[in-house]
Amino acid sequence: MELTSDRFKHTARVKLADANLQAALDKLQTNFVKGRADRVAELDNFEAIRDAAAGIRQRALDHLDLYLAEFERNATAHGAVVHWAETTDDVNRIVCELAAKYGVKKAAKSKSMVSEECALNDALEAAGIQVVETDLGEYILQLAKEPPSHIVAPVVHKTRGEVSDLFQAKHGRPRTDAIPELTREAREMLRPHFLSADMGITGANFVVAETGSTLIVTNEGNGRMVTTLPRVHVAITGIEKVVPTLEDVATLVRLLPRHGTGQTITNYVSVTTGPRRAEDVEGPEHFHVILVDGGRSALLGGEMQEMLRCIRCGACMNHCPVYQSIGGHAYGWVYPGPMGSVLTPTYVGIEKALDLPHASTFCNQCGVVCPVKIPLPDLLRKLRERQFEQGLRPWTERAGLALWGWAARHPTIYALLSRLGVSVLKRMGGSDERIHDLPLGRGWTKQRDFPAPEGKTFRELYAARRRR
Amino acid sequence: MKGEARDRLLARIRERQGKPREPQPLEIEAVRSHLAAHPRNPGPRDQFDDLTRFRERALTLASTLEEVETLEGVPRAVARYLAERHLGTRAVCWPELAALDWPGSGLDVEARSARGDDLVGITGAFCAVAETGTLVTLTGRHTPSTLSLLPETHMAVVRASRVVRSMEDAWALVRETGGMPRAVNFISGPSRTADIEQTVTLGAHGPYRVHIILLAA
Repeated sequence: MELTSDRFKHTARVKLADANLQAALDKLQTNFVKGRADRVAELDNFEAIRDAAAGIRQRALDHLDLYLAEFERNATAHGAVVHWAETTDDVNRIVCELAAKYGVKKAAKSKSMVSEECALNDALEAAGIQVVETDLGEYILQLAKEPPSHIVAPVVHKTRGEVSDLFQAKHGRPRTDAIPELTREAREMLRPHFLSADMGITGANFVVAETGSTLIVTNEGNGRMVTTLPRVHVAITGIEKVVPTLEDVATLVRLLPRHGTGQTITNYVSVTTGPRRAEDVEGPEHFHVILVDGGRSALLGGEMQEMLRCIRCGACMNHCPVYQSIGGHAYGWVYPGPMGSVLTPTYVGIEKALDLPHASTFCNQCGVVCPVKIPLPDLLRKLRERQFEQGLRPWTERAGLALWGWAARHPTIYALLSRLGVSVLKRMGGSDERIHDLPLGRGWTKQRDFPAPEGKTFRELYAARRRR
Repeated sequence: MKGEARDRLLARIRERQGKPREPQPLEIEAVRSHLAAHPRNPGPRDQFDDLTRFRERALTLASTLEEVETLEGVPRAVARYLAERHLGTRAVCWPELAALDWPGSGLDVEARSARGDDLVGITGAFCAVAETGTLVTLTGRHTPSTLSLLPETHMAVVRASRVVRSMEDAWALVRETGGMPRAVNFISGPSRTADIEQTVTLGAHGPYRVHIILLAA
């Protein structure tokens, strides 16, 4: 996916003014936020389960190489072929080679964010292979030629009216804007693709070391279709997605849908182990798993390692006041919201996404709701520190902080400057004690007034209080 | 080439984590013993009667449910369900259920994998999970998975004795079979989507209806 995180401020401004998007985002907040709260409230023993989930993910990371090797051993024993991709380009090359090897003309895909990292669809199309996204949201985006704006609800930014226009234009059928009819229409358009695709491509929510299985959670059933009907199944997933045992999977599945969509469980949890067996009457003849690094290993052993616990539920973005205001596109890459603001700079380069670690109020809603206890604000703060240390902040900001740092180490001068500042600001406030236009602070005063100080600095007030 | 990428990747993981090049006996033992013991993690503590909870949760998920005394009563129940909803008399069923007297209830039932245009699929279930109202099916010669996926209506026969408390219990039963089948499917109600304006709509790609026939015997 094309990286546009450097245009964050501009895009955010556009999104704030987009009435359709704002209406869509309001709905997200009521549905997903309330849904999660309700499902968590009804889960007895929630905090112990959450601790266990964080522990499971951490255990996998602590022995990552061994669990991956164990997964490979067991998957291979069941007839799967495991590939290791160091880069996203390697993923595209491997999938294209497999497509060529098996004579694939059409691939049907279930939702995979890793494949978005790779821009896999472009690579397959360049190789002359038709690719059909089959998750309803992803299908709509493929027709609209747009990237997803949410990792769970990719088309959350679109209204039904926009979908109706799109379907009418692309399907050439009479226009309808009833959601059940739109869904039916997509079902009828996609069913033939499921039945005729040569290759099914999926992600994996988890891969299980103990059994060599891959697991996907879906609601629509498209994941089951593409892992059952085509001749070839290719599952693509990050190396961090390995989970030791089936018991561990059960714990994580108890939390993932609750935090993602406010469901106790998704309609389908599908666990596949290898290709069709001798006794099977259906299922793919060939089953390949691609384990992708793509920048993940760089987080290991460092202060960002906890981010690799992420199970991609999307709760952090659903609860983020910044995401709630601007949606996902402004973040400019595959992963939006707080988790994206950590992943984008760490995967693609800190200098290419300078605004993202700052796209947070540090309110810690994301940290509070994270089912695997990733301290997201801490990680964002560390990224801000790295930016400063690497001299990546604008010179005005660096000069300002240097100046402030110097003053803070000279208390007499600090007191003098703050007294001066307060009295100037007080005068600027005028009779209504509000500043309507603040030089150097126009970003604030353009939208609202700045309250003028009342005349004394904190130090003066403190000293007066002590005298009393 | 492939082996090289694998080895480089695994070596990089160890290097990043500041570990020696070769896995140490203590690490290997930690992983081996966890996999061998596969301990259960903390789960919900609330007490419930499995069957009562299963019924409740299944209905919440928009499945429908009826109870039948014996396996022999299943064709009659299926016929009645289909007739009430004007869903015809044709169906496909799991080969496992082929021997039931379908014609005796006026049904035309074929035992095979489902095709894209089959409208009714009848399956059994390996077990069911009370906590979430979920059906569990395993693939195999007599239990193809397309029947619970391609048709618009999925009917599933579940023995009450196979309703277990949790997904962990379901995994314990799978372990007893001696290994993982090609696919284990946990099915929780009709297929659905909420992708357009977050409005829940049933029948996305899979069944619009899931009807559970709970078998007392």
